[in-house]
Amino acid sequence: MTAPVKGRVPAPRDRSTDDALVRAGRALRVVLLIALALLFLIPFYLLVRNGLASEDDITSPDWTFFPSTLHWSNISELFDDPTVPMARALLNSSLIAVTTTIGTLVLASLAGYGLARIPYRYADHVFYAILGTMMVPAAVTFVPSFVLVSSLGWVSTLRGLIVPTLFSAFACFIFRQYFLGFPRELEDAARVDGLGYWRTYWRVVVPNSRPVFAAVGTIVFIGAWNSFLWPLVIGQDREAWTVQVALATFTTSQVIRLHVLFVAAAVSIVPLLVVFLFFQRWIVAGVERSGIDD
Amino acid sequence: MSRFLGTQNRTLWFWVFVGPFALGLILFTYVPLAWSVYLSFFDAHNTVSPDDFVGFDNYTSMLRNDAFTDSLVTFAVFSAFIVPTTFVLSLALALMVNRLRRAQAFFRSVFFLPAACSYVVAAMIWKLSIFNGVRFGLANTVLGWFGADQTAWLSTTDPPWYWLVIVTVRLWLQAGFYMILFLAGLQRISPTLYEAAAVDGARPGWQVLRHITLPQLRATSVAVTLLLVINAFQAFDEFYNLLSTSSGYPPHARPPLVYLYYTALGREQNLGLGSAGAVLLALIIAVVTIGQARWFGLGRKED
Repeated sequence: MTAPVKGRVPAPRDRSTDDALVRAGRALRVVLLIALALLFLIPFYLLVRNGLASEDDITSPDWTFFPSTLHWSNISELFDDPTVPMARALLNSSLIAVTTTIGTLVLASLAGYGLARIPYRYADHVFYAILGTMMVPAAVTFVPSFVLVSSLGWVSTLRGLIVPTLFSAFACFIFRQYFLGFPRELEDAARVDGLGYWRTYWRVVVPNSRPVFAAVGTIVFIGAWNSFLWPLVIGQDREAWTVQVALATFTTSQVIRLHVLFVAAAVSIVPLLVVFLFFQRWIVAGVERSGIDD
Repeated sequence: MSRFLGTQNRTLWFWVFVGPFALGLILFTYVPLAWSVYLSFFDAHNTVSPDDFVGFDNYTSMLRNDAFTDSLVTFAVFSAFIVPTTFVLSLALALMVNRLRRAQAFFRSVFFLPAACSYVVAAMIWKLSIFNGVRFGLANTVLGWFGADQTAWLSTTDPPWYWLVIVTVRLWLQAGFYMILFLAGLQRISPTLYEAAAVDGARPGWQVLRHITLPQLRATSVAVTLLLVINAFQAFDEFYNLLSTSSGYPPHARPPLVYLYYTALGREQNLGLGSAGAVLLALIIAVVTIGQARWFGLGRKED
């Protein structure tokens, strides 16, 4: 009997006599995985290839894997083009994503902590009222939300793009589940030292909960950067376009040249890939912790 | 001060923590929700405070409207493609990645990476590079090597090749995310179950998969299926970006959300009708979700 491997499901032991068959199966699996991995990477490759190729290279009837020359000048051409408000769109998207992430983390973590740790008669009712909004499909609220935002005069403003998205029931849910499992001893120590809820939260709980903040923050940041329907509805003026709305407008208008469009798309995913690769393990942890499949 | 912050004022402190969030949720989810239901009973063209009460007229005209019912058919076709393919692919990826001894993190990253890409960017790559219906499109180039004719992937409805384009975009973007859910489920299966199976002579492979892994993944599978169906109902980004052109959106293949977008916020600004459609859609989603949950026996304690 082998000692169980900690935390990971070991592959079933090769006890069967037909070792060769098992080895062949494993080799086949690896080949299949590599083929699938290449298939998954092709779109990224095409994005970079077309972004750095000349327009002739993109539209050449003889498609080649590598473009004949790399045109790094496409990047400066993108930002010099007055018909493409790309710099503005990137700025808008960055402001929106950063503000939404910070705002969501503050609001949802406070609410999650209150729900998990402050005894209150109706805490469960409040929690279910919050959880219930997760069941409300976006389709039902985007029309009236637009009506609300437009009656506030917030159409085509960053406020209109950010504020309605700050109240994520999903984030609140994750924080509540996490804080329910937070070791009480740490809080009790703070309580003995005379700290109230507020200071216990900021000085003891938050500094000891960095991974969950990183996980939720990453998910919220990616969602905010990639969101499309709401910015499309609210960002009607060019000045309020996000990167996604700008790209979509160029794609359907077809006024813009292909290589500029592709370099714009490539530029638009760079910040996200950095965040994504850096925080990936926290996303995985966040998904596992969310109890989505329990 | 510390006594004030202590146990005496728990209710106050509860609302200090939860209040701002709850208030925002009321203002930006519950109020719009109620407003949507209210608007759906009025003739509200281009106005947010209508006074022409029409009862259930918006609902009946929506249900008799071919464009709306067609959008439901589009959804049904779409989910018939996307739900099983995403389920099978993400489960297969999870099973293969989970058994890797080396480079597990690498493969997990590669399959998960598209989740960071937006539908807008992905749709652009699909529309303008892979499935561009001209000679330089990658799909046509590859097919050309085998002597196949060029296909106008997105602009032909007969045969409806656009489905291939629409389904593969979402498959690429989403499979990695669901793979992570399945991986989380696989990690929770106790190794002793596999050891017991090996002792009992179960052969690694199909037998173990069928009698141990899949039953143990039941809860995850139910959750994944529910999420897949709900997300399919809300499909908008890829349809909008793949099929709309400078001259508008083609009448075929409008899923519900795209149709509602054009009804409520298009030229007509028919907010009453749009709201009625949204409420109907919400009811359908609720019925389907609850029905699915019942069907799978979600929440039964013995599982």
